[in-house]
Amino acid sequence: MLGLERKDTLLLIVVAAITLFAPIILNPFPAGSALAQFNAGYPDLMQRFVIFGIFAIGFNILFGLTGYLSFGHAAFLGIGSYSAVWMFKLLSMNVIPAIILSIVMAGLFALVIGFVSLRRSGIYFSILTLAFAQMSYNLAYSVLTPVTNGETGLQLTLSDPRILDGASTGGLPVTSLFGAEMRDTTTLFVGPWSWDFSVGYYFSAALMLVAFYLSVRIFRSPFGMMLRAVKSNQQRMNYTGLNTRPYTLAAFVISGMYAGLAGGLLAAMDPLAGADRMQWTASGEVVLMTILGGAGTLIGPVLGAGFIKYFENIFSKINDGILHQWFAFMPDGLENVMVAVIHPFIGKGWHLTLGIMFMLVVIFLPGGLVEGAQRTGRLFRRRDRNADHVESDAARQRAAAE
Amino acid sequence: MDAILIQILNGLDKGSAYALIALGLTLIFGTLGVVNFAHGALFMIGAFCAVTLQKILTISVTTIDPERTDFLGNPLKVKTPYVENWFGPEIGAAIVDWAVPLAILLAIPVMVLVGFVMERGLIKHFYKRPHADQILVTFGLAIVLQEIIKYFYGANPIPTPAPQAFTGSLDIGVWLGFDPYSIIYPYWRLVYFFFAGIIIAGVFAFLQFTTFGMVVRAGMADRETVGLLGIDIDRRFTLMFGLAAAVAGLAGVMYTPILSPNYHMGMDFLVLSFVVVVVGGMGSLPGAVLAGFLLGILQSFASMNEVKSLLPGIDQIIIYLVAIVILLTRPRGLMGRRGVMEE
Repeated sequence: MLGLERKDTLLLIVVAAITLFAPIILNPFPAGSALAQFNAGYPDLMQRFVIFGIFAIGFNILFGLTGYLSFGHAAFLGIGSYSAVWMFKLLSMNVIPAIILSIVMAGLFALVIGFVSLRRSGIYFSILTLAFAQMSYNLAYSVLTPVTNGETGLQLTLSDPRILDGASTGGLPVTSLFGAEMRDTTTLFVGPWSWDFSVGYYFSAALMLVAFYLSVRIFRSPFGMMLRAVKSNQQRMNYTGLNTRPYTLAAFVISGMYAGLAGGLLAAMDPLAGADRMQWTASGEVVLMTILGGAGTLIGPVLGAGFIKYFENIFSKINDGILHQWFAFMPDGLENVMVAVIHPFIGKGWHLTLGIMFMLVVIFLPGGLVEGAQRTGRLFRRRDRNADHVESDAARQRAAAE
Repeated sequence: MDAILIQILNGLDKGSAYALIALGLTLIFGTLGVVNFAHGALFMIGAFCAVTLQKILTISVTTIDPERTDFLGNPLKVKTPYVENWFGPEIGAAIVDWAVPLAILLAIPVMVLVGFVMERGLIKHFYKRPHADQILVTFGLAIVLQEIIKYFYGANPIPTPAPQAFTGSLDIGVWLGFDPYSIIYPYWRLVYFFFAGIIIAGVFAFLQFTTFGMVVRAGMADRETVGLLGIDIDRRFTLMFGLAAAVAGLAGVMYTPILSPNYHMGMDFLVLSFVVVVVGGMGSLPGAVLAGFLLGILQSFASMNEVKSLLPGIDQIIIYLVAIVILLTRPRGLMGRRGVMEE
C-alpha cells in the first residue's frame, strides 16, 4: 500500500491508529482518581508528543542514516517558529501559509549551514553546526531584536496588519485552519473517564503521519541506501568515484525542513517564538530523544520524543506528598526512607533521572528503546524454542522408555 | 593605545579559563582519544569545591550573649565560626577570608579522585566505541553531574568572594605612563592570569622534563609501541586523566570570585572550550593554550563600543565566526598535528 512493503504498511497503520486514538489511550485512568496525574491525554502534551516526534524523525534522517551528529538542529526549530509567527502577524491567522513559510525558511537556512558544515565530518561537523546554532541564538537575542523581539520573544499584537484577515476586533485572534480554531477542544465523558479531542492535536498528528510516511519512504529508497553507505564507509564511497556531498546535503536540508515544520507547528499551537528554542540545550534534547528511542530505526525517534516529553511533564509533577501516599502501606520509618531515597529523582530532579537513563541506554543499549524491545522479544522467543526442545526431548525419552 | 591594552587585559582572564579547560580536554583527547563532553562539569565541580570549603569554614556555633540584646529585647545570639573558636578570632577570620585559595588544597585530591573514578568506571569501556558514543555518554554524565550539584546546592549562583587583600583594582595605566585611572584592572583577575600561567607552565614542564611525562608523550605519539616496550601505558593515561580533571577543577576554583558558581556554568564554558580546542587543533597542547588566549582577547576586542557600532552583534558571534573560518580554511586548526581526527 502507498508503495510500502507489507511490514512497513503494518507499522504505518499501527502508528496511525495509535495517534488517532491517543486521546483515549493516553488517558487510561479515570479523571479525579489518584492515578489521574499519569494521564497524558491533554491536548497541550499530546501536541508536544507529535511535534517533537516530527523534530526527532527529521533529526533521525540525518543522524540515523548518515551518522552525522548535528549539535545545532534547534536553530531550524527556532527559525520555523519565528517564520510562522511572522506569517501570523503579517498575513493571516490561517496555519497553512505559516507552516509553508517555516518549512521553506528552515530549508533555506539548512541549505546554507549544511553546505558549509558538511565540508567536514566527525566531531568537526558537530562543532560547526553547534557554532552556527549558537550564532543564530546569540544574534536572535541581541542584534536581531527588530525581527525576533529579543528576550521577550515574538508575540502577536493587536496592531499587526494581517492583510488577509482584516482588522481584528476585540481580543487577540487565534490560529485556525480555515476557521477551525487550533485550540478548539471537544471533551467526551464516558463513565468516570474524560477524553479531550482537540483540533490542534489532530492537525499536528496528521502532519506527523505524513512526515513519518515520508521518512519510511526515504529509509526504503535508493537515496536512503546511499545515505547508509555514507555512514558505513564514506571513504570507500569516494573511491568508487561518487561524490557523496549532494546526498548528505539533501539529507541535511530534509531534516532541517522537518525541524522547521516542527517549529512552525509549535508556533501554530501557541503563537509565540523565543530565542531559547534555538539554544544548544534544545539541540541536545533532540539528540537525547533520537538516541533514547533508537537512532536509525523508523519508530525509535517518535518513541524517544514521547518518552522524554512524558517524563518532562508527568514525572516532574510528582512531589513528596504523592510519594507518601504511594508508600503509605509501609511502616512509617521505612516510608520516610523510601521517600527520601526517591526524592532527588522526581519533581525538579527529573533531569537527573533523564541523564541516568540516557547514560544507561548509551552504555547498554546503543540501539535505544527499540533495541531493548527487540532483545526482550528475542529472549522470549528463544525461551519458547528451548521449551519446545525440552518438551520434544521429554516426549522422545518417554517413547524410548515405552 | 590604552584602549587596546585594556581590551587585551580584559580578554586575559576569560582566555585563561578557556586555555585551562581546553588544555585538559586536549590532554584527555591526546592521551586516551576520548572526546570528553563532561569536562565542563569537572570545571564546575572544581568551582563547587571552593563553595563547599567556604561553607565548611563558616559552620558556626551559636552562643547567647547575655550582655547584649537584639531588637526584640531578647539576649543576642552570636554566631562564631568554629575556626574562629579554635584558632582565635584573627587567624580564624583570615582562614575564612582565604577560603577560595585554600580550596585548591581540597580541590586537587577531590578532582584527581573524580577523574580517576570517571576514567576507570565509565570512559575505559568506551575506547573501542565510536566518537559519537563517547560524546553521547559523556554528555549524559555531564547532565547527571550538574543535576547532582543542583540538588545539593540549589539553582542560584552562590557568591564566593576573593580574599580581602585582592578585592581592589590595580591602576596599571600609571605604571606604563598613561593617565591615572585609564587602565584599571581588578587584582583577582591578575591573580587568575598568573595562576593559569603557572598551571600551564607546570603541565608543560611535567610532560617535557620528567620521565613520566616523556613516557606519556611517547604514548601519545605511538601507544602500541610504548606498550610493546613493556610499559603499562594505560595506567599512566589514567593518571593523566586525573591530572586533566585537576587542571579543570583548579581553573574552576580560582574562577569563583570572577563568576559566582551555578550548576550550569560548566556547560556554558564547555561549548566555548570545544570551539577553542578545535581552533587550536585537536590533540595539540600549545594550540589549545594559544587558541584559548587568542579567542578570549578577540572576544573582548569585539565587545568594544567602536567595533560594535561598526559591526553590530559581532561581540556575540566572533568566537563562532572565527571557529568556522578556521575550520574551513585550516582543517587541522592552528597547530594541529597531521593525522589526528582527520577524515
